[in-house]
Amino acid sequence: MEQLNFARVGETMYHEKLENGLNVFVFPKPEFQKGYAFFATNYGGMDMRFCLNGEWRNTPAGVAHYLEHKMFDTQEGNALQDLAANGASPNAFTSNDITGYYFDSTEKFEENLRILLSFVSVPWFTQESVDKERGIIGQEIGMIEDDPHWKCYMNLMKALFQRHPIRVSVAGSVESIARITPETLYACHKAFYDPANMVLCVAGPVDPEHICAVAREILPKQAGPIAAKDYGEKEQPRVAQPLIEERMEVSAPIFQLGWKGDAQVNGEARLRQELVGELALEVLLGNSSPLYARLYREGLINQEFGYSYESSFGCAFLAADGESRDPQAVRMAVAEEAARIGREGVDPSLWERVKKGVYGNRVRGLNSFEHLCVGQTQAFFAGYDFLRFAELFGSITREEAEELIAGWVTEERTALSVVRAREEGQ
Amino acid sequence: MSQVTRRELFPGVWLRAVHTSKFKSSYLSITLLAPLDKKTAGANALIPEVLRRGTAVHPDMESLSAALDELYGGAIEPVVRKKGETQCVGFVSSFLDDAYALEGENILEPAAGLLCELLLKPCTEDGAFCSDYVAGEKANLIDRIRAQINDKRTYAVQRLTQEMCRYEAFGADKLGDEESVSAITPGDLWQRYQALLREARVEVYYCGSADPDRVAEALRVALEKLPVNEERVDPGCDVRVSAGPEPILVEEAMDVSQGKLALGFRTGGLTCWEEDYPALTMCNAIFGGTTLSKLFMNVREKLSLCYYASSMMEKMKGLVLVSSGIEFDKYQTAKDEILAQLKAIQDGQIETWELEGVRRTLIGGYLSTLDDQGRQEEFWLGQAAAGLDTTIEELAAQFETVTREQVAAAARQLVLDTIYFLKGKEG
Repeated sequence: MEQLNFARVGETMYHEKLENGLNVFVFPKPEFQKGYAFFATNYGGMDMRFCLNGEWRNTPAGVAHYLEHKMFDTQEGNALQDLAANGASPNAFTSNDITGYYFDSTEKFEENLRILLSFVSVPWFTQESVDKERGIIGQEIGMIEDDPHWKCYMNLMKALFQRHPIRVSVAGSVESIARITPETLYACHKAFYDPANMVLCVAGPVDPEHICAVAREILPKQAGPIAAKDYGEKEQPRVAQPLIEERMEVSAPIFQLGWKGDAQVNGEARLRQELVGELALEVLLGNSSPLYARLYREGLINQEFGYSYESSFGCAFLAADGESRDPQAVRMAVAEEAARIGREGVDPSLWERVKKGVYGNRVRGLNSFEHLCVGQTQAFFAGYDFLRFAELFGSITREEAEELIAGWVTEERTALSVVRAREEGQ
Repeated sequence: MSQVTRRELFPGVWLRAVHTSKFKSSYLSITLLAPLDKKTAGANALIPEVLRRGTAVHPDMESLSAALDELYGGAIEPVVRKKGETQCVGFVSSFLDDAYALEGENILEPAAGLLCELLLKPCTEDGAFCSDYVAGEKANLIDRIRAQINDKRTYAVQRLTQEMCRYEAFGADKLGDEESVSAITPGDLWQRYQALLREARVEVYYCGSADPDRVAEALRVALEKLPVNEERVDPGCDVRVSAGPEPILVEEAMDVSQGKLALGFRTGGLTCWEEDYPALTMCNAIFGGTTLSKLFMNVREKLSLCYYASSMMEKMKGLVLVSSGIEFDKYQTAKDEILAQLKAIQDGQIETWELEGVRRTLIGGYLSTLDDQGRQEEFWLGQAAAGLDTTIEELAAQFETVTREQVAAAARQLVLDTIYFLKGKEG
């Protein structure tokens, strides 16, 4: 097995690509009681159009998420219960980019790992079970559509992007899931759940060779073909619409501000952009920035304020969200601060301070096995190693952050999504 | 492996240090242990919130945030907890472990310094807390107290405890009550703060890679300004051994769509200090403490009598509290069924899969505490409040040998004391 040392953060990662194409990553943690396993496919909500064996196919929104729900069914029963009975806490999630299944347990780790690998790789759907799930997922969709924060986020995606599939909800809509049949699920499982399109990442008191041996035993021996994906034409810098508003049950107006970036191709450049993006946000509007203190004092934002850099294949953006009586004023204030930074540059002492803060938080985050394994899996699919950030971090310059702010925080790249309270009588 | 030590830094000021290099962060907490009292609970709960707003050196959120960034993005949170009849107020914090500092600099000493600065050097005006900070945090605390009432599940258990322990300190809530919090002035709060610093026993907790001697020295320096007092108060906990002759029924009607039924049992003096404590813990887990429990599997899943049904244990007070959500007209059936499940355990009707499943769950749960700095801190604070020194590993090992008969015997100690029923308004 390949062994990679990340001395700066005290981590060792073992890697092996199995004969069937599965990439296995293991972080041995002999001092810990608990083991964590994450098994994921490079297939998420935005992978709706793909080509397998020379045939292009358009699938309804929500298939990846639907599959996630149905994968726990086995011919014998339900894998969720099998894992729970073994003292494991299992779960799964679907994002825009990936679908991941996981558990943690202090006992019977190997037995649990076998169950995990087996139920994810062997599909078992019937017309009856697929129909039954439609009601459950429909309810879930109904619930998230009532959530103003979710609505505000989805509206921001629609405002920022012209055509990228990130505009579409991962769960799909009641209409789109009505078109999902057992055949759709089998076809998408075949296209994307091949070991060659998947990653197994484990952290805990385990032996890396042993993890590989279990994976070899349970999973198919040969790699299959992997589907090609299509996200449509490249996005232009300009946002689709600068403002989008909606009325729902909220006590104060909530907002999401987005600044559209230039997506990087897969590879370490994506990691670098993420680090520059995070630091740029900190100096522009982060908790210890002058703008944050001013907005807070003036009552334009409150403790609900948050911010992040986000990227998926083919798209990247900065986002800030919160509650405000005047979201337009927040938008203007950020634009003015970006212009000021453009003129005066970032304060060097602020830069050094936020760099330390961001670095420390990233390293502290590695305490969580989930964070480590999900992070490595996503990073691998994006073409780099998660822990490389520790080495890259020192080389990120103030000028890069200034350049990103100057390039992205501009009028044509800004979109604002607002959800306001319903007016009287509505 | 980790090594756990305990030492007295100053009279009544204790340090529990877990020496381990398995985490990326160091966890540091400082807690004042005060007797839980209805009259002081609100003010005690308010103190760490007001302190967190600013110090004499870092007078606002902005400068505190900058100071934390300098310490590699550390986090310090005010916290109030209830352990038996002890109200625990203070701060928990997490910093990058020294081993990962980019320039090899020490983080522990300045982190301990900042933490103790928050505790000991508040931002003041006219010799008391800043009135703005007090007013703002009073409003926040009142919001939190009201939020408890909005969550009817929490509220029902809280009301049960209040009624059941109305003549005991345990009846008070850790946040105090709205009325007394509203009445607090900056001057009152200042006096309460001074009294706490002078009288409360202090528990400091550290988990990280630093040698315990170094940790002790860092804390001695940081706590230099803490008043010296040879007689800091060790908070106690009264245990009422028996329930009254008949269970008391308390009913309340509110505008709710789902009823809440809560039952309070006394354990006949069986508490964390007794030899049979592991058996009581298993008994609670089989009764309603896990998803393998009788309340969950039978009352909720099989009979669908409740939307939820679970039990929890107050290990220092010797209480087992059942919490459930029911249809209004299911009061009698649900109550009878909950008691029937307890009767089954008392009669030793415990399947092997129940006994072993719960044993594995408890052992796994205890051992995985060792993987989490925050959960370990919570465990050790509980031990400190109880005056116990038993380690996590020792407790986990005790579950290995508990027998079915011991679980049944522990269950036979349980006597129903109070019933709380929250029902809908008629019409």
